[in-house]
Amino acid sequence: MNTGPTLRTPRSRALGLGSAHHGVGHFIVERVTAMLLVPLGLWGAWVAVQLAGQGYDAAAYWIGKPVNAVLLALLLICALVHVKHAMQVVIEDYIGRFITKAALLLLNYSICVLAGALGVFAILKAALSGAF
Amino acid sequence: MTGGIGSPLLWRWHITMATSIIHRGSIFGIYLSALLLTGWLLALASGPESYGAYTGALSSPLGLLVLFGLTFTLFFNLAYNVRQAFWDMGKGFKIPEANAGSVAIIAFAVVTTLALWAVLFILGVL
Repeated sequence: MNTGPTLRTPRSRALGLGSAHHGVGHFIVERVTAMLLVPLGLWGAWVAVQLAGQGYDAAAYWIGKPVNAVLLALLLICALVHVKHAMQVVIEDYIGRFITKAALLLLNYSICVLAGALGVFAILKAALSGAF
Repeated sequence: MTGGIGSPLLWRWHITMATSIIHRGSIFGIYLSALLLTGWLLALASGPESYGAYTGALSSPLGLLVLFGLTFTLFFNLAYNVRQAFWDMGKGFKIPEANAGSVAIIAFAVVTTLALWAVLFILGVL
């Protein structure tokens, strides 16, 4: 344990050892997003069937409807939060080596945050660039 | 003991073991699906050429095969999470109930996946 100069309090450093007590929060987020994704996911599947093979114009027209753009943003964010939490558990279960585990957890987090930022921006751009 | 692959909980074949393992596997499927959705949005926002290239790649034979598999993992994961909600409430732990739930999850995923692709076929998209 680092005993050199640090901005962290002794209590803060001790919290990282043993159980971090983040488990309940993780569990709740995973379950809540799972339940939100039941209606959102089924809606997404229905939309995918409608837009499949219909080309750019149909997709651009569809996402131009505010209710579609907002629901799709909800679906994307819920899905990314959910898969981030799910993959985190897989990494924590199977990867024992600290450096590898830390790197993969950081990569997992970064991919999902980046996808969320890019995806929401893309929805806004496509929805607001006025194809309808 | 996590209940994951390699866990003593999974020491012999059982339907609940199968759904547990498929659920772990399906996490990789829904992860890829979320990223493919992001890619679709970026292609749409980038304009007709990008959109055409992206949907063209997805509708290639390999793309369709991947999407078919991902459809199954999405429906499987969705059904598994509904069963998990019952487990979280402390319901459905009797062995016959757990078995029936596992059969129902697999049946739901298979039926919805085939139905969705049948609709695509009937609509003439495929």
